Amino acid sequence: MRAADALCEALKAEGVKHVFGIPGGANLPTYDALYDADIEHIQTRHEQGAGHAAEGYAKASGKVGVAFATSGPGATNLVTAIADAVMDSVPTVFITGQVRTDLIGTDGFQEADVTGITLPIVKHSFMVDDPRQIPEYVHEAFYIASTGRPGPVLLDIPQDLSRADIEYEPSTGTPDLPGYKPSLEGNIKQIRIAAKALANSKRPVIYGGGGIVNANAAEEFRTLCRTDRFPVTLTVMGLGAFPAPDDQWLGMLGMHGTRSANYAMDEADLIVAVGARFDDRITGKLSEFAPRAKFIHIDVDPAEISKNVPAHIPIVGDAKDVLPKLTSEYEALQPDGSRLEEWWKRIAEWQREHPLGYEDSTDSEIKPQRMIEAMYKITEGGAVITSDVGQHQMWCAQYYDFPEPRRWINSGGLGTMGFGLPAAIGAKVARPDDTVVCLAGDGSLVMVCQEFATAAAHKIPVKVFLMNNGHFGMVRQWQELFWDGRYSSVVMGDSPDWVKLAEAFGWTGMRCTDKGEIEDSMKTALETDGPVLVDVHVTQEENCYPMIPAGAAARDMVG
Amino acid sequence: MEAGTPDLIKLEDLQVESGLTGRKHVLSLQVENRPGVLARIAGLFSRRGFNIDTLTVGPTEDPDISRLTMTVDGALHPIDQVTKQLHKLVNVIKIRDMEPDQTIAREMAMFKVTASVESRAEIMQFAEIFRADVIDVSRRTLTVEITGDTGKIDAFERMIRPHGVVEMARTGVVAIGRSRPDA
Repeated sequence: MRAADALCEALKAEGVKHVFGIPGGANLPTYDALYDADIEHIQTRHEQGAGHAAEGYAKASGKVGVAFATSGPGATNLVTAIADAVMDSVPTVFITGQVRTDLIGTDGFQEADVTGITLPIVKHSFMVDDPRQIPEYVHEAFYIASTGRPGPVLLDIPQDLSRADIEYEPSTGTPDLPGYKPSLEGNIKQIRIAAKALANSKRPVIYGGGGIVNANAAEEFRTLCRTDRFPVTLTVMGLGAFPAPDDQWLGMLGMHGTRSANYAMDEADLIVAVGARFDDRITGKLSEFAPRAKFIHIDVDPAEISKNVPAHIPIVGDAKDVLPKLTSEYEALQPDGSRLEEWWKRIAEWQREHPLGYEDSTDSEIKPQRMIEAMYKITEGGAVITSDVGQHQMWCAQYYDFPEPRRWINSGGLGTMGFGLPAAIGAKVARPDDTVVCLAGDGSLVMVCQEFATAAAHKIPVKVFLMNNGHFGMVRQWQELFWDGRYSSVVMGDSPDWVKLAEAFGWTGMRCTDKGEIEDSMKTALETDGPVLVDVHVTQEENCYPMIPAGAAARDMVG
Repeated sequence: MEAGTPDLIKLEDLQVESGLTGRKHVLSLQVENRPGVLARIAGLFSRRGFNIDTLTVGPTEDPDISRLTMTVDGALHPIDQVTKQLHKLVNVIKIRDMEPDQTIAREMAMFKVTASVESRAEIMQFAEIFRADVIDVSRRTLTVEITGDTGKIDAFERMIRPHGVVEMARTGVVAIGRSRPDA
């Protein structure tokens, strides 16, 4: 069998039904094989789009997302998506064509050392030098991408090797990788110590992150949170792991989190971190972060534990394994739940004094926060929302209450503008029966607007709600607050005409400039067949608050 | 049971250790003998901001496995974090943070020293004391080969440096665990 056909067989053996990508010279054999293979290929219009679509697919479904690109520029165009996937631990496999083996190292046409370029941003990579390796490498790639802490794996295949004739034998079972043995089971002694500390804590906070979503452990997480009335906060990656609204829910924490969540972290005596990594957007000034707290840190990646914040009780393991054990160990101690009453009084004060809020306009102007509230109302909290990066992303994290995981798909770690539209395309392919809405920013969307063509050509009915403020809004906010209002290169202006642009790509384009019409516009968009863009003009110079200024502590929140 | 009973853990008793040990660590890694493994390790050190003091790579008794020995300063970097990051590399099979008193560590060095007629005898005397060998000679220089632990080579260097070191080459440390006497 031709190695390229073996590649497709191996992908099918891993359960792959969809691949995103773009053909080119070096991966022609793969695309020739794909022609008859029972795999649906979604041809994006840029490899970055293919990469983010694969991520959106993975985040929405929990399955491994796959993207193809050719050598050289095709492969380098994937780099942003690969970096995004490693930062947000997205299970993905990227398969690139490489120039013929006799050309490698000669600066051949469309040659780039993509394995070298991506070394720091992959979970692992394989450079094929013998075509017989392909089926086994595919099997190993999927295993590595999807187990332990998930992440991107790259497979680079020289063109001549994918044309070679090999014997195809499916690879099954757990691959033999002597250097890769994720520890999934938590140490029970550590879990017992954690339970005993938690039972003695009077001001605990449970702080969860994207690891809960990756581990499919939201149920287990909720059960732990409810064993007593523990206050719960989540990172931007974890939203949905605990249902919002809820009377134990403090809101998101971190730079644009709620005051209640950040103040609770600040005064906590014990913080239980689950699948979260104490990113600088969470901690603010590290030396003043949660100064009164001891830390229980549960993570499947041992290197995350004590990386930024030293853990008093480290527990390495999969949240799905550790959380139920911690719950039962805790319950066995029969702690007195009333010890938390004082703590809740304190938290309730903050919640009363500092609710999330904004001043609505007195005229027809649409405040951005109002737009998110309208989205929530129209989708009834039941849509899959993807987002770009910036103010709109933070407002959505604040004002849209996510009832369950895998409904909020955004670029948290790398902060990739332009993530939203291709991710929405991937999410819709993965979950065709769900409403998929991309909440876009105008600065972000224009970076990937070629992907309108992908949705149109493949009839992928995503809805884009564009929060159009004519600026790189978050950068403008920083220039206003921290750079003396010297607005350097942040104005987007009124170009493009988004309705015409959408229509040019075969989408339905709509515009909304009146507060009174926003819900109707969104409703119409959801009821209209095919992909639809709603260009919502919002207040141009609104700031996203509250905010911990960069390098400041939770106590110094502004706005 | 009530909260605060002795069986529970008192939060104030929970302590963390500083990640810094304040001494040099010899890390002995078994890695898969494949192209690119060294680049992965070197890249990890540079992107995480860890410094490598010395690094040696060589074969082991198993042709599929190479041994990589490195020294890292535990006063600058939490060794625990270094080893955990190294463990994330799929091609790294095993890491040992070698305990100094359980380890035999050696490096080899060659010194090309200016040797005048007057100083030649003294240099050769030092070489003898340090059990080093003279391996090359010219009218103006002597080249000395020495093996030993890092401290011994440092000491030798201090002794001969006043004579004028023209060139020096050191291998970096290789190490192996001590066997128990009864093993």
